[in-house]
Amino acid sequence: MSIGHTLLGLLESGPRHGYDLKRAFDEKFGHDRPLHYGQVYSTMSRLLKNGLVEVDGIEAAGGPERKRYAITEAGITDVERWLATPEKPEPYLQSTLYTKVVLALLTSRDAADILDTQRSEHLRGMRILTDRKRKGDLADQLICDHALFHLEADLRWLELTAARLDKLREAVAR
Amino acid sequence: MRAVQWARDLAMGSRFAFAGGREGWVRALLTAVGVGLGVALLLLTTALPGALAERSRREEARLDYTYSREVMPKADDTLVVADTDTEFDGQGVRGRFLEPEGDGAPLPPGLREFPAPGDMVVSPALQELLDSDGGGLLRERLPYDIVGTIGEQGLIGSQELAYYTGGKGLAERINNSTVARIDAFGSPQPSEQETDPVLVLLVLVVFVVLLMPVAVFIAAAVRFGGERRDRRLAALRLVGSDGGMTRRIAAGEALAGALLGLVFGTGFFLAGREVAASFEVFQVSVFPSYLNPSPLLALLVAVAVPAAAVLVTLFALRGVVIEPLGVVRTARPSRRRLWWRLLLPLAGVGMLVPMIGQGRDGGAFNQYLVVGGVMCLLVGITALLPWIVETVVARLGSGSVSWQLAVRRLQLSSGAAARMVNGIAVAVAGAIALQMLFAGIESDYTENTGYDVSRAQMQVQVPKGTDLAPAAAKFEKTKGVREVYALSEGYVGDRPWRQQPERVVQLTIGDCATLREVAKLPSCEDGDVFSVRGGAYDTDTPSLSEPGRKLYLETAGGDSSREDVVWTLPEGLKRADSVEDPTGTKRGGFLMTSGAVPADIGKAISGDLYLAVDDSVPYAHEYIRNAAAVIDPMTEPMVWYATERSERYDSIRTGLSVGATAVLALIGASLLVSQLEQLRERRKLLSALVAFGTRRRTLSLSVLWQTAIPIGLGLLLASAVGMALGAVLLRMTSTSVDVHWTSVFRMTGAGAAVVLLVTLLSLPPLLRMMRPDGLRTE
Amino acid sequence: MNSAPPGSLLAARDLRKVYGPTTALDGAAFSIHPGEVVAVMGPSGSGKSTLLHCLAGIVMPDSGSITYNGRELTAMSDSERSALRRSEFGFVFQFGQLVPELTCVENVALPLRLNGTPRKEAERAALTWMERLEVDDVRAKRPGEVSGGQGQRVAVARALVTGPRLLFADEPTGALDSLNGERVMELLTDAARSANAAVVLVTHEARVAAYSDREIVVRDGRSRDMERVV
Repeated sequence: MSIGHTLLGLLESGPRHGYDLKRAFDEKFGHDRPLHYGQVYSTMSRLLKNGLVEVDGIEAAGGPERKRYAITEAGITDVERWLATPEKPEPYLQSTLYTKVVLALLTSRDAADILDTQRSEHLRGMRILTDRKRKGDLADQLICDHALFHLEADLRWLELTAARLDKLREAVAR
Repeated sequence: MRAVQWARDLAMGSRFAFAGGREGWVRALLTAVGVGLGVALLLLTTALPGALAERSRREEARLDYTYSREVMPKADDTLVVADTDTEFDGQGVRGRFLEPEGDGAPLPPGLREFPAPGDMVVSPALQELLDSDGGGLLRERLPYDIVGTIGEQGLIGSQELAYYTGGKGLAERINNSTVARIDAFGSPQPSEQETDPVLVLLVLVVFVVLLMPVAVFIAAAVRFGGERRDRRLAALRLVGSDGGMTRRIAAGEALAGALLGLVFGTGFFLAGREVAASFEVFQVSVFPSYLNPSPLLALLVAVAVPAAAVLVTLFALRGVVIEPLGVVRTARPSRRRLWWRLLLPLAGVGMLVPMIGQGRDGGAFNQYLVVGGVMCLLVGITALLPWIVETVVARLGSGSVSWQLAVRRLQLSSGAAARMVNGIAVAVAGAIALQMLFAGIESDYTENTGYDVSRAQMQVQVPKGTDLAPAAAKFEKTKGVREVYALSEGYVGDRPWRQQPERVVQLTIGDCATLREVAKLPSCEDGDVFSVRGGAYDTDTPSLSEPGRKLYLETAGGDSSREDVVWTLPEGLKRADSVEDPTGTKRGGFLMTSGAVPADIGKAISGDLYLAVDDSVPYAHEYIRNAAAVIDPMTEPMVWYATERSERYDSIRTGLSVGATAVLALIGASLLVSQLEQLRERRKLLSALVAFGTRRRTLSLSVLWQTAIPIGLGLLLASAVGMALGAVLLRMTSTSVDVHWTSVFRMTGAGAAVVLLVTLLSLPPLLRMMRPDGLRTE
Repeated sequence: MNSAPPGSLLAARDLRKVYGPTTALDGAAFSIHPGEVVAVMGPSGSGKSTLLHCLAGIVMPDSGSITYNGRELTAMSDSERSALRRSEFGFVFQFGQLVPELTCVENVALPLRLNGTPRKEAERAALTWMERLEVDDVRAKRPGEVSGGQGQRVAVARALVTGPRLLFADEPTGALDSLNGERVMELLTDAARSANAAVVLVTHEARVAAYSDREIVVRDGRSRDMERVV
């Protein structure tokens, strides 16, 4: 899962301080693993270096000085590309997919599109596995089946998510 | 405790019958309508004997005949009644002239006062007929003022045509047959009419034949919706009811349908009773009030029908194991065995055979044996048919796709197929047997009238004292008359009649042309007198044929007060040979041409007019009757028929035809219902078959085969059993056995027509079900 | 009018179908090439079965066009479409498609017999297909006496026995466990490929859809051809 893309996506809805970003991230995606502030700081500086964000302003209201970041055109394109690119179908990628879906909703993109694209990618993987299974020996079959079942589980999750997009949109908008 | 359990399960099942939304209601309703129709028919049957008894009671109560030869003296309480029955357009009209001779004269039932001469009181049906467009000709014949209506008490049927009118001077014409003096209505000695055992046999068999299919039908009706019910029962097992409970719940469902059917049946019966009043079957109509089922029999119906429903259901579930996950018919039911199925029909024959030959002279039949035997034979069909269907269908090869589909389905569930046609087979077999019985004994109950209808077709009696010639002239001018033969007839004896003549011969008067109809004349001129030889039962003519001999004319039935009419045989008596006259008799005695008739004889003798009728003239008979009524209302023109059937026999036959038709229609309806139900259960399959391109024609044909094969077998068996039963019944009445093929074909044809009709009617729903909607899965 | 993708065996566009108050199809499109296996996916109630019924000429769409081999299906009469289904198409449904009274081999021979093939010949051909689908051992049994997987394979044999160019399969494994389902899918796709029959495979199961060459997704009556998007 790409923290950089996620933070970029969060910035799309408006400039934020680094601390705000961390809070938004934790609230939406980091349920069990909150982000360290250091992680935010290092990621933002990398994004800054790549020209995907710019510093919108600096506040020093009593406390430590805080930078406000805003997304650049290049940053938006980068998020766009990231969202449209299906993830390689591999186990345990729900968190990434979830992030993508939520970000798409946050940025008023078509979340169903993301899911469809992802499903297609999954199916492609499954086709390859199925093909290998049909040609292979029993060991191949068992290994392929294992992978197939995991992919299928992902796909089921995708379907379920797709069916609940409207509810999710409401939840995210809150 | 057990009873409580039973009641609870049955009640639960009853609730299920109506639960289950529209489907459930429709099924319960269908069952109820089916059972209801059966119950209505049962009630009707139980009411019929009472209705017929009531009819004959009323008929007896208005009898106005004297059975004595003596003429009752005129008194204050006497009434002269003249019978003026007539016929209109094939319907009998009961007519009476009434002339009270004092204040105490008896009033016929249904009348409040005597109509004055020129007035008449009519039955409602006659009133209606006279008011209708077609009644004009009859109105001409009955030109009296209608002053009232005959009450129900005076009529034997709602559709009876009857009138009473006032008469005048009737006393002179008393002859104790058509005109009589009476002092009371009703039969002096109420008749214990001995019923012909053969007729009793017929009535018994008719009832059994009509009721058997109804029973079969009720059995089928409580099983509507079998497969859907199976699923429900399985679900009940799943939630923990045991086998017995489930069965009782199933029986409860049937019970609910049967109980509702009882209600429906009572409704149908009451409605049908009202409708029955406006129908007339073979001149027999009834008033609704006649049709009262005997309470005991009605109670029996009310108890037996629901009980039968419960028993039938339990019996039907006999080979079925209801498992929580579905209903299992004991895997492959053991092949049906033949031997016990043959027992029933054999037992039936066994009960009937000992009675062979009893009908004619051996007295009455044992009614229980008759009913039992006929029932066993007919029930035997329902036992034999499943075996036959199974055996035949198992051997059928495969032909076209539609044939294959049908045959395979039948092979898999031949029992269901046989059940469907059992009712029709029983009805057809019974009807064939009865038709055979009717046809066989028709000759007994059909009297050969002997009339030669090729020469004359109507006969009009002209009363004494009326000149024959003007009457004949009047008829010659009447529409529809081709030819008039006028003959006066009387008898002459060798001594005055009060002295009881020893030798009596017939005297016939007519013109030459007419006399040639009764004898071969060598030559004939007006004024000739002939002595006829060769007459049947005539031995006296030759000895009396002496010119100059005095012969005495018979006048009113031995009334000694009248003067003798004497005829002296003239010279120049010619001889003639008798031939068969139009009434079929060879007469003897003397023939007189009109010119030879002395005046006193002409007045004292009554004449007959024989009319050749032009049948191409519509209502020819009615014109002739009207003309006759003008001459004298008491002349009743007779229409000659070559044969005459017993009316009672006719009504039984009609009743059977009507009943058989009703039963077939009933069964057709149940066939249709179960057919549709089957189709509905196969909706998904039908849609799938259509999806891969099966022609609708193929599927329709397979539905036709599916009904036609078992029905064909059923009709074959029905014909065989019907003919066997008919033969046994005929032997019982000592009548030669003769297969009446027309009735066999008519009844099997009717059965086949039902199949065709059912198939046709199930086609629209079939086509609708073949629509791809059935593929949708929700 | 002819907007079908070049080389396609069956193509449909702008399909609309309304059942009472529900819109089953709302501008769906579809195309399939000879020999191709296309999965139609989507949540239940999305209109995928309706799409299949329209494509197969079982149901007429309210509007839109369907061309099969250059012939417009919507312009054909009911009997013409029936004849087309008999000779060019094959069908496999989820369940309830085998005539319960006929034996398995008779069921398989049924479409041939509908086309007028004599019984013996039809049953011989049927048996060949049953061997390929490994169900020749149940030939004399009735559908009620065989397992679900065997029954579905019998149904596949029946769908292929006429040598159709297009096979429509509506949730063919819907009533089977995964092992039996996979076996059916393997045999189905193998047989279809060797007979060069295209397959329209309606399913909501990814593992079944994985036997396809590509998939289209139906959602709310609209279709989405994933191959063309990516």
